Amino acid sequence: MALTTASAQVVPEHPGRRSPAARKRRGSGSGRHREGVAGYVFLSPWLLGLMGITAIPMLLSLYLSFTDYSVFSTWEDVEWIGLENYVTMFTNDPSFVRSVLVTLVYALVMVPLKLAAALAVALLLNRAWRGVGLFRGLFYLPSLLGGSVALALVWSALFAGDGAVNEFLSFFGITGKAWVNDPDYALGTLIILGIWQFGAPMVIFLAGLKQVPVELYEAASVDGASPWRQFWHVTMPMLSPVLFFNLVLETIRGFQSFTSAFVISNGNGGPVDSTLLYTLYLYKRGFTEFDMGYASALAWVFLLAIGILTVVLFSTGRFWVHYADGEDR
Amino acid sequence: MTTNRIRHIGLCLAGALMMYPLLWMLSSSLKPGATVFTQPGLWPASWDLTNYPDGWTALEHPFSLYLANSFVIVILSIIGNLVSCSLAAYGFARLRFTGRRLFFALMLGTMMLPGHVLLVPQYVVFAKLGWLNTYYPLLVPNFLATNAFYIFLMVQFMRALPTELDDAARIDGCGPFRTFWKIIMPLSLPAFATTAIFTFISVWNEFFGPLLYLTDSELYTVPLALRQFMDSEGQSQWGQMFAMSFVSLAPVIGFFIAGQKYLVKGIATTGLK
Repeated sequence: MALTTASAQVVPEHPGRRSPAARKRRGSGSGRHREGVAGYVFLSPWLLGLMGITAIPMLLSLYLSFTDYSVFSTWEDVEWIGLENYVTMFTNDPSFVRSVLVTLVYALVMVPLKLAAALAVALLLNRAWRGVGLFRGLFYLPSLLGGSVALALVWSALFAGDGAVNEFLSFFGITGKAWVNDPDYALGTLIILGIWQFGAPMVIFLAGLKQVPVELYEAASVDGASPWRQFWHVTMPMLSPVLFFNLVLETIRGFQSFTSAFVISNGNGGPVDSTLLYTLYLYKRGFTEFDMGYASALAWVFLLAIGILTVVLFSTGRFWVHYADGEDR
Repeated sequence: MTTNRIRHIGLCLAGALMMYPLLWMLSSSLKPGATVFTQPGLWPASWDLTNYPDGWTALEHPFSLYLANSFVIVILSIIGNLVSCSLAAYGFARLRFTGRRLFFALMLGTMMLPGHVLLVPQYVVFAKLGWLNTYYPLLVPNFLATNAFYIFLMVQFMRALPTELDDAARIDGCGPFRTFWKIIMPLSLPAFATTAIFTFISVWNEFFGPLLYLTDSELYTVPLALRQFMDSEGQSQWGQMFAMSFVSLAPVIGFFIAGQKYLVKGIATTGLK
């Protein structure tokens, strides 16, 4: 497999490399037609999914967001209430405000720390020595397991009042709290669980580091640059597209976290709404209170927020993401 | 030399810290339930293997039922993803037809779309179809290639294969279907393996979908079953809960060890987790 790094662009097609015979054939009307039909046949499951599972539900969700729909109502008594759901959300729903704040704190603290950990470990692992593969595996494994219910259960036990974390702290004479049950710290335990899963961005950083030409470091050290300056002036610029890719991906992922908060708070975002992530609030409104119209409005606000965030990230990327070919993108 | 040693010690410490929660889970599953929180240290002072058989039968149904349910869903999801995503990927990577660029852009766009926007309407539609409390809502989307990450992964792979292969096949009289079946698919097996492994791990851990759609405990998957230990909280059950947690993670760890090569390539290519 042509191992492209995450940031590297889509593998190009080879239009110029077709053999003359094929080009001739391609020119003939019937062959082209046949390929055209075949294209749609190959795409048909995906097209069906795009319509049935994605596009139509999206439009339906937009419509429902202007109604008071609940799953018990028949289509006849769905009432169009205009912007009421949206107005309520922004003027008269403390839980909404709370969930936005919780989600922002979670993502803004967790993502940078996770990426910093991923980069630091990737730099340490970016040398060929015996056992490096083992370490890479060790650090990567949590990102496969971290989203599971099993790990959420482990977390709530580790950070319980008599859990292993407090046991460790007691060596230093510190008496810890019941972290998962304390409104001030419960979100912190979720953030730590998020950081613990830095393996996936780490592997992407490692792939990016492999692409940095060794000559650049040689030139820099000939010029007397210290390792610290080499890091800031060679590694970071060369790695910035990969960093950007990780940042976008992890931010979007961070905003969508659900399982661990749900399991640790037993489905209610507690204690005192301190772990009420936006997705959890959406779930509660839609599927435990069955305010599905309101939940749809929440979902559309979420979609717009993530869209805006992505645009913002991309527009700041212009200023700090360095592409080796000097092209402005 | 010394910096190397510092690097090594740092990595070992960090690695131990990373592994601690997993080791703690394993160790707790081997301690008598009452001592999980009272006996410090990873090494059990007294060993208790009964957590495993007891945990197996502690819930409403034997744990083997939940494992079997999860396996059925995982296997069918893998088949669905492999078939539907490879077909779409071949179309995008190798065939020319009107609208291909537009569709490709749409496909990339759906990768960024947060699934939550679709939750309510999908639930409504699946409810109207009478699919609540069945596996259809969990399986049908996979047969319709809704996970664009896998399509993208396969497109990337197929584009890297030389087009001369297609040309040669065409000259020998192969249509697009035979070219796909005889040439592209066999050469794309590494991408198929990556897709299968990622599907396995993500569907195995999947919590939200089953939580929404499955209410009958006979249909529960492993993650839903595990959460029941939390509901029926009793101090003596901690050991059993962690025993079954370990059982639930064992297949993922196994797949990870067997397929590390594909996983690493897969995330490096698409950023999949």
